Amino acid sequence: MFDRLKGIIKKEFYHIFRDQRTLLILFGIPIVQIVLFGFAISNEIKNVKIAVLDLSKDEHSTQITDKVLSTSYFDLDSYLTTFDEIDDGFQKGRIKAALVFPPKFGETLRKENKADVQIISDATDPNTGTQIGSYLQLQVQQYLMEQELKITSMPPPALINTEVEMRYNPELKSVYMFVPGLITIILMLVCTMMTSIAITREKETGTMEVLLASPMHASIILLGKVIPYLLLSFVNASFIIALGKFIFEVPVMGSYALLIGEIILYCLVVLALGIFVSTVAETQQLALMISLFALFLPTMLLSGFIFPIENMPLPLQIVSKIVPATYFNIIIKSIMLKGATLSFILKETLILVGIFFLLMGVSIKRFKIRLE
Amino acid sequence: MAVIEVKNLRKSYGEVKALKGISFDVKQNEIFGLIGPDGAGKSTLIRILNSLILSDEGHVSVMGKDPNKQYQYIRNHIGYMPGRFSLYEDLSVKENLEFFATIFGTTIKKSYNLIKDIYQQIEPFNDRKAGALSGGMKQKLALCSALIHYPKVLFLDEPTTGVDPVSRKEFWQIIKGLHQHNITIIVSTPYMDEADLCDRVALMNDGEILRIDTPQNVASSLGKTLYALETNEGNYKLIKALREYPYMDSVFPFGEKLHYTDQRENDISSELNSYLKDKGFSKISIERIASNTEDVFIRLMNNQKQ
Repeated sequence: MFDRLKGIIKKEFYHIFRDQRTLLILFGIPIVQIVLFGFAISNEIKNVKIAVLDLSKDEHSTQITDKVLSTSYFDLDSYLTTFDEIDDGFQKGRIKAALVFPPKFGETLRKENKADVQIISDATDPNTGTQIGSYLQLQVQQYLMEQELKITSMPPPALINTEVEMRYNPELKSVYMFVPGLITIILMLVCTMMTSIAITREKETGTMEVLLASPMHASIILLGKVIPYLLLSFVNASFIIALGKFIFEVPVMGSYALLIGEIILYCLVVLALGIFVSTVAETQQLALMISLFALFLPTMLLSGFIFPIENMPLPLQIVSKIVPATYFNIIIKSIMLKGATLSFILKETLILVGIFFLLMGVSIKRFKIRLE
Repeated sequence: MAVIEVKNLRKSYGEVKALKGISFDVKQNEIFGLIGPDGAGKSTLIRILNSLILSDEGHVSVMGKDPNKQYQYIRNHIGYMPGRFSLYEDLSVKENLEFFATIFGTTIKKSYNLIKDIYQQIEPFNDRKAGALSGGMKQKLALCSALIHYPKVLFLDEPTTGVDPVSRKEFWQIIKGLHQHNITIIVSTPYMDEADLCDRVALMNDGEILRIDTPQNVASSLGKTLYALETNEGNYKLIKALREYPYMDSVFPFGEKLHYTDQRENDISSELNSYLKDKGFSKISIERIASNTEDVFIRLMNNQKQ
């Protein structure tokens, strides 16, 4: 029995290593994705081009401008002289934000102890737009506080000093989010899509007919399909974690043993999902479609990888609750970024175990030992 | 004792009746041929016997076991070669064989005695991918794989379809050679001429068995005198003329010639000759010949339609 399993695993590895498309999906996609997400796609505010329209040109306005531009967040594109130039700058895509000082800014500030500064931010990308706006606001406020301290050497009585600490990701790096998220997505892609295709391929080429006519038990056939992909997925996950750690400096705060254990658990869940897909689909094409559209997209969009689940409308929140990736996302982020131990993620772990047994049970039951 | 017993077997796919209550026995060590055109129900029958499809109705016993229930035993002791090439095309000849040996819990070495005659023919291509083999080679490899565990019963579903004539001949020699190893063989084929190579044949059409007998008995069971006709005017005109002949019993093209039977018992060669001369045919050859399986099959098929 063990020999049979070994035989079918060996055969499966032949298939994998001889098919260039399989290899490309297995190892090409993870590398491309991590490079894309890690380098190219970035939400960070860094070197944002801004324009300054200073209609006052006094001591305060120049000092605020200097302060803003002295940070690494903002770079000066140009000094403007009219309002129309702001629109022009936005439309040509030269600037992402504009800082406007009204005439007599410093004078008003001195006399009335209150003045207006306008911050215009390009909100075609809402997240970045808001972020740029609040960063700019922060700079202006800091300037005022510094001024106050200089003059009175005492903070103003009613000022509450808020100090925001960005815990677990102090520099707000997006790779912190992408590396765990990518592991979730790629394992899903590799395990579910590849296993479902590997099984339906045998149905399509007719080799399943010969396997069925052999005395092999259904569970051996399935296990022989699952084990190679489990091993490869594990290699993939380790590779992504290593890339994250050594290139993007994403730490693994929790224990590696726990992380490995949870990754294996998640692999098993998505492999079971792949087997389930193969019991539903008769052709490789259908298996691919189901994997991509019914599984991959929800995982990407609804698991909390890209959009926070709390902000979704209720029906989507319910869908996200049945996506295994949702739980794994919480688990892997907790372990990698927060250093959580098992007791903190016990609930999610148990849910994944439950999903695994459910899917496996249904799949073995649905797996046909005959042709029809 | 019969290795395979089938009584009143029925199978439908929805509205389509694939098998309409067929019965037959296969004896130990027999080469039993299922002869019939595509859609006759041959593959369905083989798949029911080897436990891959459940029957709807009737009694089936293979080596004394019911394929619907005791499929594990059956799958351990049968060899099956499906109609479509069903080996791994991206694996080499040797890797395929080794894989099938492993899943049946054996090795190439242990089965070498049984498969050596066949294997020796493909052994030079051991490292070639199965997908790159010729049609005949593929079938030999598939047969080796089906034999790797010394099966008691071997099912071959159209093993010679799509294979060149030389390889077909070779393949049948191999099948004949398996006799000495005590293997009962069920083989299906759409080629009528292959019927003569079986010990017994069942002529199948449209889900029914039309006749079961030895190929010799089947061939001689036409019950009519058969004439082969040839003319230089072309077969189409000749068929038309013969169909208008009042004593015509049946006429159909057979290769280059026409096969004809008459309603009268006595030798009608000369009468037929003068009838055709009147119709304007100048060169006519009429010859009395012995009937073969195909003649009988066509006759039975026409009777079935009526």
